Amino acid sequence: MNTTVVNTGTEEKTWGGGKEPLNASYGKMMMWFFITSDALTFTGFLAAYGFSRFKFAEIWPIADDVFTHVPFIHGNYPMIFVAFMTFILIMSSVTMVLAVDAGHKMNKAKTTVYMFLTVLGGLVFLSSQAWEWNTFIKGDFGAVSTHGGNIIQFVDTDGNRVALKDFAIAQPTERTQHQNKNGLWFADEKPLTSFTYEEVVAGFEANPNILVKTTYSDENGHKTILDRNESLKELKTKGKTVVEGANLTHNEYGPPLFANYFFFITGFHGFHVSIGVLLNIIVFFNVILGTYERRGSYEMVEKVGLYWHFVDLVWVFVFTFFYLV
Amino acid sequence: MAHEHKLEIFRGLWKFKSNTQKIWGVLAFLSFVTAIEVILGIYKPEILNEHFMGMKLLNWIFIILTIVKAYYITWDFMHMRDEVSAFRRMVVWTGVFLICYLIFILLQEGGYVGDVLNSGFVKHDF
Repeated sequence: MNTTVVNTGTEEKTWGGGKEPLNASYGKMMMWFFITSDALTFTGFLAAYGFSRFKFAEIWPIADDVFTHVPFIHGNYPMIFVAFMTFILIMSSVTMVLAVDAGHKMNKAKTTVYMFLTVLGGLVFLSSQAWEWNTFIKGDFGAVSTHGGNIIQFVDTDGNRVALKDFAIAQPTERTQHQNKNGLWFADEKPLTSFTYEEVVAGFEANPNILVKTTYSDENGHKTILDRNESLKELKTKGKTVVEGANLTHNEYGPPLFANYFFFITGFHGFHVSIGVLLNIIVFFNVILGTYERRGSYEMVEKVGLYWHFVDLVWVFVFTFFYLV
Repeated sequence: MAHEHKLEIFRGLWKFKSNTQKIWGVLAFLSFVTAIEVILGIYKPEILNEHFMGMKLLNWIFIILTIVKAYYITWDFMHMRDEVSAFRRMVVWTGVFLICYLIFILLQEGGYVGDVLNSGFVKHDF
């Protein structure tokens, strides 16, 4: 790595510049310092997530109840899809480090292939994340939100989740559509949920084998399921609106804060991955064009590789704190 | 410097012939650790639900395994193992110190606010 690109021509003078007391070039060192500061940014986000989690310890959703989907397969498979995403990212980290290694050996053909595979891995990861977001936003079973913002979910007597559409009963309702001329001229009507709260209550009363699953965890970390009488009371006294899916203000899985952190942290990480893919593509074309061959050093591959590994490193922590702990 | 790599991990327990081999070895190790995490995450053995220092034993295992993974990614994929020790410490110690500090103050405060919400006079479930 001593093959620096720019030399000052005063290498023999002690204070003339061009010295590398840490045996790392300027660019590589700055990449490391950037990574340190970026690591602190992510720590800030993850520690803030921890703050909210400690604050709302007993009403925080359990990740295994939230991320249960695998593309093309129906059913309840927690962990499988994120494990796949983690593996994809680690694999692309490996191809990246192989590209760096091939670069050290000035092997243009191998570097090209490995850079291409790295870009591919990054794209697969990003698409998986897009799918994950889409599933999360669309939601699954639906829930009722209480006046205080907590979530009431529905289960059958075996403890399996029941979707609102399976028991809600349509009720005759009258509503006035909000238009610019009869309400706030600058506001549009909010999108309606598939069912109203009254329809859910009517359906709940008609189905004696549906129970309420509260947002509170018992001492074993499972969410408490109420008996039939308490369920009715909970739904009727506390329930307010129907929530379907998740966005920044509503979240059918738990407190909206959970969705906010999910969108923000995985989004910020996904943004880093996109930037990484972009940088990798630029370096990939530079490798093909022979830029580094002419320069006599593949150090740029190594620098961009550092960034790419860092993205993988962050994902390892996001994986732990969002999906495991 | 360019081609010098320290070709052993686990303090010399596992030696490699070339850098490429070491990369695959580290991948095998990282996949193994991830597999353990995923299996524990799916089955969540009851015995690991015991609380230890304010957190479930299972969560401690997850966090420790994550730090182990982070170590091998940094040391072998990012070649921290091959850097001059002064440079390594500059990056790692600074980061680790500030991260520990940040985590400590935020979690401490979060636990306190949670206690106030639960035992104080704030009603948040209605």
